[in-house]
Amino acid sequence: VNESLLRELVPAVIGVLVRRGADFAAAEDAVQDALVEAVRGWPDDPPRDPKGWLVTVAWRKFLDVVRAETSRRHREVRVDDEPAPGPGVAVDDTLQLYFLCAHPSLTPASAVALTLRAVGGLTTRQIAQAYLVPEATMAQRISRAKRTVSGVRFHQPGDVGTVLRVLYLVFNEGYSGDVDLAGEAIRLIRELAARTHHEEVAGLLALMLLHHARRPARTGSDGSLVPLAEQDRGRWNTRLIAEGVDVLQAALARDRLGEFQAQAAIAALHADARTAAETDWAQIVEWYDELVRLTDNPVARLNRAVALGEADGPRAGLAALAELDPALPRHTAAAAYLHERAGDPVTAARLYAQAARSAPNLPERDHLTRQAARLNAQLRG
Amino acid sequence: MMAKYLLLKHYRGAPAPVNDTPMDQWTPEEFSAHLRYMRDFAARLEGTGEFVDMRELSPEGTFVRYDGEGRPPVTDGPFAETKDLIAGWTVVDVDTYERALELAAELSAAPGAGGEPIHEWLEVRPFYAEQLMGTE
Repeated sequence: VNESLLRELVPAVIGVLVRRGADFAAAEDAVQDALVEAVRGWPDDPPRDPKGWLVTVAWRKFLDVVRAETSRRHREVRVDDEPAPGPGVAVDDTLQLYFLCAHPSLTPASAVALTLRAVGGLTTRQIAQAYLVPEATMAQRISRAKRTVSGVRFHQPGDVGTVLRVLYLVFNEGYSGDVDLAGEAIRLIRELAARTHHEEVAGLLALMLLHHARRPARTGSDGSLVPLAEQDRGRWNTRLIAEGVDVLQAALARDRLGEFQAQAAIAALHADARTAAETDWAQIVEWYDELVRLTDNPVARLNRAVALGEADGPRAGLAALAELDPALPRHTAAAAYLHERAGDPVTAARLYAQAARSAPNLPERDHLTRQAARLNAQLRG
Repeated sequence: MMAKYLLLKHYRGAPAPVNDTPMDQWTPEEFSAHLRYMRDFAARLEGTGEFVDMRELSPEGTFVRYDGEGRPPVTDGPFAETKDLIAGWTVVDVDTYERALELAAELSAAPGAGGEPIHEWLEVRPFYAEQLMGTE
């Protein structure tokens, strides 16, 4: 069974059931049950029309549940809660499903879980493994999320911004268990980009492609982090870079800049440089200025200070850093880096060790510890 | 975004709780009420999709170290006077640090002597994420 083909069909099949009058939560459960049956039965008896098969089986499963509920409660269950849109109204069910699963009433974690199941077609077990929580916990998270959106009408227009934030979170989770969440986020945003002409959807797709292109070079053979400047650029995926740059240029040409396009532009400038020394830091600083203007995000200011340190020298970088809140994530790591470049290895070693203690994840902690160790060994002579 | 925190319970090593009567001085009803509170707390966490793990440890620990190739491990203890003694932990997966503090406070309100909250001190420790963010 081609699992990815199956999963691609999931949102459309849920859409059909909802259109026929099933509520979203029940439709979603029925489709998951149908998937289990497909995985079991298709290897011996593959259907000619996979989507039609899934719709038929999921609808039967939905009706089974409705009948069981009805007899259990001894009352009628209304199946036609949701009137189907009239003829001629072009509504994209899959797009509506993206909006529903990223509904603003959900917490980020619930929106992520619901999106991966209902739009991505992943099982609860796969999602639980990817986020390192027990399956029962993830099942609860998903059913609470469904309850939260149960009052939301399926066909009301949604907010692209919340969908993008959810997909960005999925992408950033990276790779754990047997599910490649970064790859999954790219698949989902490609689908979204094919259905909307929103510049920021294109911007985020470009950003993901450009970052994903560097993934093979980002970790050493022992799993350690390789910083951008030291990466073997021959291992960057040129096909993904070319696609990312194309998508970005088409988006920028429409002259409606947003934060994801600006971030993608920075990633594209890194991709353009054949060696770290060829990086166009002056232009990168300008893009960070745009990003700060668009978002007023302190993390963007921090990254701008580091870029300024490359463009105008470490003292300029340190001066920019001094204006920011030292409690910002990675502030100490950035200061350590700039102090070493400014010729002060003693301060740099101390700051690297301090930064390691407050690192948010293991690869960064280990990288920062190694930097401190390298400088301390140098200082001992 | 979701992050995991360890809520660490100490036999010794934490500041003294407000309601400091030792467990063996509670009435059986008070003891049952305490256990029920802990079970309900875990069930609530499961219900909210925030539960990862909850375990309790025996206070009887042994120190062990390597003693060279081909030699059996050297053991020592248990030390009755060990300053820091872990009693158990709860691991939660929550949206914010504030939520982790809120849950630790809830755990600290478990009833003890007289059915009153113990006001025990919990230690809250963030987990390192396993991996790098996708966007560096």
